Amino acid sequence: MSEYKEILTKPIFRNNPIALQVLGICSALAVTTKLETALTMALAVTIVTACSSTVISCIRNFIPDSIRMIVQMVVIASFVIVTDQVLKAYAFGISRQLSVFVGLIITNCILMGRAEAFAMKNPPLPSFLDGIGNGLGYSVVLVVLASIRELFGSGKLLGITILKTVNDGGWYQPMGIMLLAPSAFFLIGFFIWILRTFDPKQIED
Amino acid sequence: MEYIQLIVRSIFIDNLALSFFLGMCTFLAVSKRVSTAIGLGIAVIVVQTITLPVNNLILNHVLKENALFDGVSLTFLTLISFIGVIAAMVQILEMTLDRYFPPLYNALGIFLPLITVNCAILGGSLFMEQRDYNFLQSVCYGFGSGTGWALAIVLLAAVRERCKYSNVPAGLRGLGITFITVGLIAMAFMIFSGI
Repeated sequence: MSEYKEILTKPIFRNNPIALQVLGICSALAVTTKLETALTMALAVTIVTACSSTVISCIRNFIPDSIRMIVQMVVIASFVIVTDQVLKAYAFGISRQLSVFVGLIITNCILMGRAEAFAMKNPPLPSFLDGIGNGLGYSVVLVVLASIRELFGSGKLLGITILKTVNDGGWYQPMGIMLLAPSAFFLIGFFIWILRTFDPKQIED
Repeated sequence: MEYIQLIVRSIFIDNLALSFFLGMCTFLAVSKRVSTAIGLGIAVIVVQTITLPVNNLILNHVLKENALFDGVSLTFLTLISFIGVIAAMVQILEMTLDRYFPPLYNALGIFLPLITVNCAILGGSLFMEQRDYNFLQSVCYGFGSGTGWALAIVLLAAVRERCKYSNVPAGLRGLGITFITVGLIAMAFMIFSGI
């Protein structure tokens, strides 16, 4: 049992896919101007990773080695298409805001990375947990980044005003840069700095 | 005129790497040296300029509503056919280069397969679909966005080569400082948004 817990919790902090393995950065930066879109994206990636890892693990003994990349790609792409269609049907507004980034889950390296490194070698249940774990690791970074960017960039969280801005007659002067691209890079740089200060083993030379 | 504007726009303002964060994995991993960055940059320009128009043709003549059969819309297959086209084009390009231009093949060799999973390529195609570009526009956008990405990676590699000699705080070394550098480059590129 503890072995399964280990698989589930290890990717969240100690082996975080974004901060340590540098996978899946693209979407992590682009969807974090608002907490709402970040949560949707995190949920979508977690579901797709878990499902595709499980399916790939179930059929791992039947995949010929030479075409395994294509098989993995097709499995992942199918789940992404389903997610994309579901979002379009039930959450059209958010799907508009996420624009191309739902489709780009296909090329998110976390999925291919987990399929190749874990699901091809392990039975379905651990693969499912590994998928969930890595999805959660990705979600943690996304939610933290999005909360900081939305709170300081527009004084809101999930659309609810927390810091009343000057324009609305409050006291808070919003930091416009938080909503622009460069702040995402700075924040993730500092996030890595903090993680590595607490866990010096991760420091590169 | 409209096409020149589109090219300039996609190189500087809507830069794929710096304002849409696309292709970040390779962007960070392969930017340690300028020479390799140039190789990858050229490969991206070539692949992007070829795949975008091809995807555009497929989208408009096969997948769009009423394109193949009346009343049938195959747009839900967009993602999977784009990724298929990209993989196939990269493979064909690799074989052609190997047969006719061996020096170029040797220079780009290892980078070509990497490009299949580079989100800048798929992202470019998806933006093309979203913005409804026609054939000529997609050629310009493909060339422009590829060039923008190549420019960004070469710039970053040049800065990182210099960074090797500086004294960076322990926790920031490697990945951390690279992110902050990219942030600064992105900030510099924001100046162009007035054009």
